[in-house]
Amino acid sequence: MNFTLHIWRQENAQAKGRFETYKVSDISPECSFLEMLDILNEQLINDNIAHPVCFDNDCREGICGMCGLYINGRPHGNDDGITTCQLHMRKFNDGDEIWIEPWRAKAFPIIRDLVVDRSAFDKIIQAGGYVSVTTGGVPDANSIAVPKRFADMAMDAAECIGCGACVAACKNASAMLFVGAKVAHLAMLPQGQVEAHERVKKMVCRMDELGFGSCTNTYACEAECPKQIKRQNIARLNREWIKQLFAGNHKN
Amino acid sequence: MLDSKIPAGPLSEKWTNYKTSQKLVNPANKRKLDIIVVGTGLAGASAAASLGALGFNVDIFCIQDSPRRAHSIAAQGGINAAKNYQNDGDSVERLFRDTIKGGDYRAREANVYRLAEVSGNIIDQCVAQGVPFARDYSGLLDNRSFGGAQVSRTFYARGQTGQQLLLGAYGALSREIERGTVRLHNRCEMEELVLMKDKDGKERARGIIVRNLVSGKLERYAAHAVVLATGGYGNVYFLSTNAMNSNGSAAWICHRKGAYFANPCYVQIHPTCIPVHGDYQSKLTLMSESLRNDGRIWVPKKKEDAEALRAGTLKANDIAEEDRDYYLERRYPAFGNLVPRDVASRAAKERCDAGYGVGSTGLAVFLDFKEAIQRLGKDVVEQKYGNLFQMYQKITDENPYETPMMIYPAVHYTMGGLWVDYELQTTIPGLFAAGEANFSDHGANRLGASALMQGLADGYFVLPYTLQNYLSDQITVGHIPTDTPEFDEAEQSVRQREEQLMNIHGTKTVDHFHKALGHIMWEYVGMSRNEESLTKALTMIDELESEFWKDVKVPGDIETFNPEMEKALRLADYFELAHLIASDALHRKESCGGHFRTESQTEDGETKRDDEHFMYVAAWQYQGHNQPETLHKEELNYEHIKIATRNYKN
Repeated sequence: MNFTLHIWRQENAQAKGRFETYKVSDISPECSFLEMLDILNEQLINDNIAHPVCFDNDCREGICGMCGLYINGRPHGNDDGITTCQLHMRKFNDGDEIWIEPWRAKAFPIIRDLVVDRSAFDKIIQAGGYVSVTTGGVPDANSIAVPKRFADMAMDAAECIGCGACVAACKNASAMLFVGAKVAHLAMLPQGQVEAHERVKKMVCRMDELGFGSCTNTYACEAECPKQIKRQNIARLNREWIKQLFAGNHKN
Repeated sequence: MLDSKIPAGPLSEKWTNYKTSQKLVNPANKRKLDIIVVGTGLAGASAAASLGALGFNVDIFCIQDSPRRAHSIAAQGGINAAKNYQNDGDSVERLFRDTIKGGDYRAREANVYRLAEVSGNIIDQCVAQGVPFARDYSGLLDNRSFGGAQVSRTFYARGQTGQQLLLGAYGALSREIERGTVRLHNRCEMEELVLMKDKDGKERARGIIVRNLVSGKLERYAAHAVVLATGGYGNVYFLSTNAMNSNGSAAWICHRKGAYFANPCYVQIHPTCIPVHGDYQSKLTLMSESLRNDGRIWVPKKKEDAEALRAGTLKANDIAEEDRDYYLERRYPAFGNLVPRDVASRAAKERCDAGYGVGSTGLAVFLDFKEAIQRLGKDVVEQKYGNLFQMYQKITDENPYETPMMIYPAVHYTMGGLWVDYELQTTIPGLFAAGEANFSDHGANRLGASALMQGLADGYFVLPYTLQNYLSDQITVGHIPTDTPEFDEAEQSVRQREEQLMNIHGTKTVDHFHKALGHIMWEYVGMSRNEESLTKALTMIDELESEFWKDVKVPGDIETFNPEMEKALRLADYFELAHLIASDALHRKESCGGHFRTESQTEDGETKRDDEHFMYVAAWQYQGHNQPETLHKEELNYEHIKIATRNYKN
């Protein structure tokens, strides 16, 4: 298969970016999207055409959350429930033109080409996306039974890989689905109850500080989430937020 | 002489004895002590979180953009623990014995017993963190079985156990970052270890040089102790189940600085991976071992059927039940499809080499769920393995509910690593190694669901004790400066190496050389090895290495975001490491676990150990580039366990 690629090139955060056009040929339909970019990079290096295209990637099996490209206007490309590394060229037609861009969001500044800085997600988690237990001194794992239904719902939310597709898909670059997934995961479990009010307050405040936009309920995030995290988690986030408002004043 | 510092006393009391007699650091002194942790996988994140919570000052480093992306995240199946929640006869003793036996009697007894002992605490800890393990309808924790065990002791979170455990540890780490006890340095790669001589004349690990991967600049960090938790070196084979950026360089850098490297030839080839399909392929994807709970592995009984399958004129479902060879069930009736990984991998290779392989390349076998779907119903199978099936379908475009999966062995895990004593300290004082980066617990073959157990055991429950014992005499040392000749020299050597690579201006890319190296390793130092293949490999590795240093092309500049430079630096180390793997494999003239020497096998093709001559850990000491390394032996003394031939047949 042959493709024409229009790729966003940008030397660093300050530089002005632009699209560059490259051609690749004889690509196997079994080839993954990132393998196709590997082939392109080999070509760019071998023929001294340009600096290889920088793009984040690591596990290449859809779990680390490192990869994330905006392909023909969709985060992670034209398929549902996958990350960029799980997209295969058989999903395209021979001769297609493909537009490849980085995530675009104020909170995710560009590092180089298609690589962005998603540290903001780490900072949101640091604000309280955990149960504050230290190592040791915890009760036996089976001392608290958790209804299977809740454990399953917690797991549904916990599957988030933190790739940022939800933010990239959102016209406001909102992180509500990401934050909602973590808040909901812990809200479903007894272990998460103790700090529930503080957690949601701190995480939402941190999210706002970091420059993510507001949610206007268009659910592009849900449509593009590679792990198909449900929008109900945003509702749970809102519910937890309201609960803490009614819970009164807590000193941090 | 290697001193493994195993505490005195009966095996079951050693760890308790150690903990009650070790030295401690009081809370006021802890904050005066700095610790560097390299790596944020299960071992690194759990160690940094635990040490930070104790009050030490921790700096933690990862090469990815976030600590949550370390490759532990990709572990699918589960984590072992001797909880005996199933009332099926499990115990610390049994987990210990299974692990020793699974490792083919090449692991250190005391370390493995401690691992089994703390395994239950890990599950308690993770549940308290909110890890959403699978539960049954009573609300209590569910278990499944993994290879090499006859009990169900594996805890799991769907097919994403590693992810959930890592997110638990990442949460604990994030909490400490917020509290200010841990400082996170993302997109930083360790490039050098800094040693300093103390007043007592003893050389200790005192810091690291890292390459800031965003700016390409080198940075200096000093500490009273350095913990290496940088994972394994499976990517020396180019194609493996490891993540693209997983690499062996940090460990190798320490090796060059004097840390012994143990058992490098013990490499685990995982039996259930999606087969290779083209030379542009960048990595191999694992299908969890948990699938072997219900999936049955087979190839056709008749060669002509196999040929027709390869040609595409016959489909798997066309082959009648009586014409299928469930070769694992046939050869190993007691364990069936759940034999350990090394056994299952070799059995697959044996069938394919004999001409019964399927798939277009003939290098694949079937993993079939037809019987399970009939027995349990599609819903149950989907609930248990749905995400794995989906992953398979996304990659291969085939529906595993309807047609059997095709699988083939691939490089997965490295049992070898930096030699450590009972305290997880390497031969360099003040340098510790945890998780896959060390060699200590899995002998010659690791059992499934034991890597997660070991990573978290080291980080949560071992290092917080043993590091204190080491640091107790460091409280008077004071702050360690980075403007010293030792740091200058270390930084200079890294810069020189980068410049050397950049100035070659050759004609071939880094990946070109890496693929060539991987090919040599897989062909001649892979699933089966012999004197001839290994000797050949050694020559070929050396030739390729000198070609690399003459003809590699690294584009761009040093001080920029430059992934090609990162890859080149890692590959430069892989050549030396590959050489050591082959040398170690050549010297170990026996078969054990994942190390299969064709000269040393039983009549029915099983591994044949030579306990008389090889009952030791081979720890290698670096002697300079292209110099043969010096072998140091740690004899393995089995005081507790009765040594036997590994038998999974009856």
